[in-house]
Amino acid sequence: MQDFAEAFRLAFGLVAAMDANLVEIIGLSLRVSLTAVLVAAVLGMPLGALLATVRFPGRRAVVIVVNALMGLPPVVVGLLVYMALSNAGPLGFLQFLYTPAAMIIAQSILITPIVAALTRQIIEEMNFEYAEQFASLSVPWHTRIIALISDARYALLTVLLAGFGRAIAEVGAVIIVGGNIAHLTRVMTTAIALETSKGDLALALALGIVLLVIALLVNAAVMSLRAGAERRAHA
Amino acid sequence: MLDQPVARSATQLPLAVAGLCFRAGGSTLINELDLILTDHGITVVMGPNGAGKSLLVRLLHGLIEPQSGSIDWNGKGCGQHTRLRQAMVFQKPVLLRRSVAANVDFVLRLKGIADRERLEQLLAQANLLAKADQPARALSGGEQQRLALARALASDPDVLFLDEPTASLDPSSTQTIETAIAEASGRGVKIVLVTHDAGQARRLANDVVFIHRGAVIEHAGADGFFKQPASMAARDYLAGKLVI
Ligand SMILES: Nc1ncnc2c1ncn2[C@@H]1O[C@H](COP(=O)(O)OP(=O)(O)O)[C@@H](O)[C@H]1O
Ligand SMILES: [Mg+2]
Repeated sequence: MQDFAEAFRLAFGLVAAMDANLVEIIGLSLRVSLTAVLVAAVLGMPLGALLATVRFPGRRAVVIVVNALMGLPPVVVGLLVYMALSNAGPLGFLQFLYTPAAMIIAQSILITPIVAALTRQIIEEMNFEYAEQFASLSVPWHTRIIALISDARYALLTVLLAGFGRAIAEVGAVIIVGGNIAHLTRVMTTAIALETSKGDLALALALGIVLLVIALLVNAAVMSLRAGAERRAHA
Repeated sequence: MLDQPVARSATQLPLAVAGLCFRAGGSTLINELDLILTDHGITVVMGPNGAGKSLLVRLLHGLIEPQSGSIDWNGKGCGQHTRLRQAMVFQKPVLLRRSVAANVDFVLRLKGIADRERLEQLLAQANLLAKADQPARALSGGEQQRLALARALASDPDVLFLDEPTASLDPSSTQTIETAIAEASGRGVKIVLVTHDAGQARRLANDVVFIHRGAVIEHAGADGFFKQPASMAARDYLAGKLVI
């Protein structure tokens, strides 16, 4: 008990002092996960919008696959990206293994299906509602997509936040492809996993506290987006 | 109001509908429907609930495809190309999740006639100028329908369909909408108005198309129709009896 209390005291001390090591780890975490969200947005949102608005043979199959990929286990993604990026793998020449780039790739793969699937669902519902009005107005295809994405902006932002929440909290993929190398690929979750097993509870706890705060902030942002949408009669 | 030349909808009239059939869910909902519209002004479509009025205007607007029969707008058939010069106000307005002004602006831009003055004129006519910056979907039912009509008029259509636009609206919104309909008609826009409201039909109609069980039972000038409907079904309907 004594040790735990001491660990908490030290942890808060680290957070309060903005410990350089701590800040470095948090910075890398944010950089990796935010970049992954950006990649997922650029790839996943157009894919989702496409699946929602365009009928083509095999569309249902693609929707089912994308939905299934939402539940990809991070360690499996890590393993596959590891195999692709290892020296013997097809992308080994990139020399990305154990770099932040590898972590970004892994997290992007993890959350792109989430962004695509949720985007499809949101846009499809709205498209269903708008379809007859848009047909009456003869709205061309590209204007239709832009209007749908623009009108769904609140919901789509919450999708990105959900993706970010998943990326920042996952450990299985980044630990395999990043390797938790100090000052290079050490992020919050891998540090927590490793420092805990090494017995450095203070740093692990400090990072845990920061991770929790980030999770709370993400949830608060989602709630205020919802409230904002409601206030503007956006539902 | 009526002093402008009535020539614009010459491009879309006459409308000739022959042998129109629409089936869904195993039943024939529009059944060998024939209709000819040659005149400008306001054609009111009446008939009991479920008669097929909404289906008919959707078919005429080219939103759904009939299984058989033909719809011909002045020799040009019916489809995307005729719909481009038409607009429709649906019974339940679908407004974009944007401001009142942005809903109208969307259509103005679409038609390449974006113009601040025109936008304000349309909003003023709908009595919505003061609410221009408010979210459209926060408006009352009457305001929403007025906005839907302003948006439909923004496309400067030759033909305007309205499917029970004032059902369950307050009298003042109803009046604003009726005035805008009459004004558009005065400018030469062909109006096809579905209504349940016999008073509204009497106020606005030039001619009345009475629909029953997916077919036109009667098509007559408004005066004649209201004075002496030819069909039993229309007589019963106007007398407030159940028409089955
Ligand atoms: N897509 C559809 N599938 C099956 N039945 C339909 C469909 N659309 C309308 N109907 C039915 O067709 C009939 C006519 O509908 P409608 O044109 O909406 O009537 P109304 O004259 O009240 O506007 C109704 O019985 C309605 O339930
Ligand atoms: Mg109807």
